Amino acid sequence: MTQIKFTINNTPATLTVPPMKRLLDVLREDLHLTGTKEGCGEGECGACAILFNGELANSCLIPALQANNATLTTIEGLAPNAAALHPIQQCFLQEGGAQCGICTPGMILATHHLLTQHPNPTDAQIHEGLSGNLCRCTGYMRIFESVKQAALSNSQGSK
Amino acid sequence: MPNGDPIIGTSPLRKEGRAKVLGAAQYIDDLTLPGMWHGTTIRSTIARGRIRNITFAPHIHWHDYAIVRAHDIPGENTIVHLTKDHPCLAASEINHVAEPILLLAHPDKSALLAARAAITITYDELPGIFTIEASESAADSNDAANIIWLGSSEGGTPNCFKQYAMYSSKPAESDALGEANTTEDAIAAAFEQADHIIEGDYTTGAQEQLYIEPNGVIAECDLDPATGHVRGVTVRGSMQCPFYLVHALTLVFNLPEEKCRVIQVETGGAFGGKEDFPSVIGSHAALLAMKSGHPVKIVYDRGEDMAATTKRHPSRTRICTAVSREGKLLAGTIDIAIDGGAYATLSPVVLSRATIHAPGPYKWPALRVRSKAMATNIPPHGAFRGFGAPQTLFALERHIDKIAHTLNLSPEEVRRQNFLATGDHTATGQPLVEPVDMHHLLTRALADSGYHHKRALFAASNPTSQIKRGIGIAAFMHGAGFTGSGERRLNSLVHLEILPDGRPQILVSSTEFGQGTNTILCQVAAQTLALPYDDILIHEVDTALVPNSGPTVASRTAMIVGKLIERAANEILTTLRDQAALPTPHTRADFLTAAKSYLASHPQLRASVRYEPATKIHWDDDLYRGDAYPGFAWAVYVAEVAVDLDTYQATVTRFDALQEVGKVLHPILATGQIEGGIAQGIGYALYEKCVYQDGHLMNNQMTNYIMPTSADLPAIHVTFEEVPSPHGPGGAKGIGELPMDGPAPAILNAIEDATGIAFNNIPLLPEDIFERLTSFTTHPHGGTEDLDPSIDRDTRVEPADDPLTESPKVPA
Repeated sequence: MTQIKFTINNTPATLTVPPMKRLLDVLREDLHLTGTKEGCGEGECGACAILFNGELANSCLIPALQANNATLTTIEGLAPNAAALHPIQQCFLQEGGAQCGICTPGMILATHHLLTQHPNPTDAQIHEGLSGNLCRCTGYMRIFESVKQAALSNSQGSK
Repeated sequence: MPNGDPIIGTSPLRKEGRAKVLGAAQYIDDLTLPGMWHGTTIRSTIARGRIRNITFAPHIHWHDYAIVRAHDIPGENTIVHLTKDHPCLAASEINHVAEPILLLAHPDKSALLAARAAITITYDELPGIFTIEASESAADSNDAANIIWLGSSEGGTPNCFKQYAMYSSKPAESDALGEANTTEDAIAAAFEQADHIIEGDYTTGAQEQLYIEPNGVIAECDLDPATGHVRGVTVRGSMQCPFYLVHALTLVFNLPEEKCRVIQVETGGAFGGKEDFPSVIGSHAALLAMKSGHPVKIVYDRGEDMAATTKRHPSRTRICTAVSREGKLLAGTIDIAIDGGAYATLSPVVLSRATIHAPGPYKWPALRVRSKAMATNIPPHGAFRGFGAPQTLFALERHIDKIAHTLNLSPEEVRRQNFLATGDHTATGQPLVEPVDMHHLLTRALADSGYHHKRALFAASNPTSQIKRGIGIAAFMHGAGFTGSGERRLNSLVHLEILPDGRPQILVSSTEFGQGTNTILCQVAAQTLALPYDDILIHEVDTALVPNSGPTVASRTAMIVGKLIERAANEILTTLRDQAALPTPHTRADFLTAAKSYLASHPQLRASVRYEPATKIHWDDDLYRGDAYPGFAWAVYVAEVAVDLDTYQATVTRFDALQEVGKVLHPILATGQIEGGIAQGIGYALYEKCVYQDGHLMNNQMTNYIMPTSADLPAIHVTFEEVPSPHGPGGAKGIGELPMDGPAPAILNAIEDATGIAFNNIPLLPEDIFERLTSFTTHPHGGTEDLDPSIDRDTRVEPADDPLTESPKVPA
């Protein structure tokens, strides 16, 4: 067992866990943050995506040890007050970007990461930026629309 | 009608959408019950044989585990679908790889891994049957050693789960015995006289549903403390059809229905993959709960889910047509075989839909469709969106293009020559009473996609380009609801009740798994009751509390269950008008006042409504004739492709999808559902290949089973033609499966347009294109004849005026 410290959704946490436990399981089992999902367990589907020191990362591939001193954001950290959705969440809700919802947390975090890098992304940047997150329901078109609307509301918000 | 703004036809927020975007929606793996254990399944590693011995290595403390074998099952060792051939756990005989043999549970999930490794099963192995052809050959030669399925109480013959023979003829002529002969005679005559006889063979592969959330359940068992007997079971899980699981549990536990409770939790995608399979995993978890005395969770990892659960049936379709030189279909024979896998599961009904959809949206003066579902030692195939129709519509729509190329007509022209229209009869003899206008759909789809312009453009640019571009069409239809008398047999029931605060609550067994059930049913209730959408509640699907409104399959929820909700809402209004002075029209406040006033003097206000067909439905299961579906959705899809002759990759570069689905209830949900289906269809055509070796799925990982990503898909343009239908609420029809049918044939038609080569087998991967495009130089016949579109090696074309074919052969 190893003691690890990190900041999760702006809150410091100290845990004692097996060093090779998957960060995904630490989040879901030890911290009860079940918004991060497991779809494949091998880093292909992106359902377990989180922001790891600001980078989009598949938490199923990260041993807990590696998260020591890291800053993590999960879907639960995006709208700390559930009464007010984050603009990206709002756009996914309005534009039909979520169907069954299982890929949605990872997809929303991927969008967050994309819009941080490219506030006004081109179509190609959107397609590339979300290509690590699989969605079987939507065919991605409503998700692209959600991302575009989120970019629009961002730029309007900052004006 | 409501006095406010319409709700049907608008796009209110998805009912459970907020929880989903917050990551707060609770899926099965997010739930933990007090004292819960974790379960796992020990599976066969061979495809066919007998279990010789099972040994448990002594270094494991086995008494800490719950272990279930076939002999522990208190009721019948069967997972019932249509027959009882499918064991819950293999007792001795093994019929496919990954067949469940024993179940283990332990409080600590991590303790299961070592235990699994400490169990050794030895087998007496038998040679397996892995293809339709091997299965047929054993059946045809009565080769007892290779008969892997004998038949069942519900029918079937050795190695064959089900067969159909469907004949077209005018309804007036359809007397029992005469009909087949009449049609056979008409077919023979047409083949004698036709200008051309055109044949083709078409195959499709297995396809994994690949819902992003794997199958999972949590089961609890109520044990009599004195006797240890099971008094009841409760299963929560990710599923489409909770009452199917109830039925399965009643047999496995020998319990009455009311003692088997099933609760659907938030479900992360299904597509048919959670229609029949939850009966297996649900029964397994319940057995472990019985044995351990604890709640037990089983959630598969991706590898197990892909290796062990159902997939789309692979198929082989042979079409033989007699056509006039103008492209008119004069007669045809269609022979279909699907690979059902090791047990019957839903194969007979998948085959039924495959058979009925095989003639497509065309008039056939004389047609015979024969079909069969064969047994193999592959894990059982099951439900997947489209349910047999994508297989046969792929074959037919490729064949229509083959006719066009052979006759030197355009694909458009051949379709126009043969389209069904209002007043015509389908191949099952169903009169098309409601308006259908395929000509208009085709005209509009071709215009929207710029088809004619692009076809000419590509033809001009292709000869000098290493990237060959092409454009292809598919015209098709999909029947909504259960086939024939199916809806009457389901006898669906819904409740709509008014809660004490005056808000309506819907109680149905129709499940939400992304497609929008919650939202559209609430829209229908809101619109009919003239209340705001946000006022309507929908109850969790808990079989102890909701009525059986049928399974959530077959594109039936919007049309069939939606209609029941509409009728229930009208009954509530009538009650309130008659007995609580609800004015017409009314406001929301009027409704709440009337509802509360009614509830002050009555114990409850609830409308319970059962299915009644909107129009008379005649269906003859023996003759396979009559009204196959209450309503059809009609569509024309256009695919544009680029085939790169350096990489041999075919890419869809644009997709246009026009459909007539009645009134669109929720444009955003409907568009999203169509787009998602098209993405699955593109995967079916170009990416998704199940690689089997000796019955093992070799690529049971997302790493090497490739579904389309956001970077793989073209712009998908979805449009609707709205012709209200009498069958669904507000004029709606079913749309869920429709978009799965069109993409594969449209894409392969486009690839033929691009390359001049007919590919008739899907999935079509770059290596397949490479092989065909490079092999002509070494082909025994040599030369460039392979680039002649009318010649492809899988099929044969015979002009009937060829002196060598004086007596055209009618397929036996």
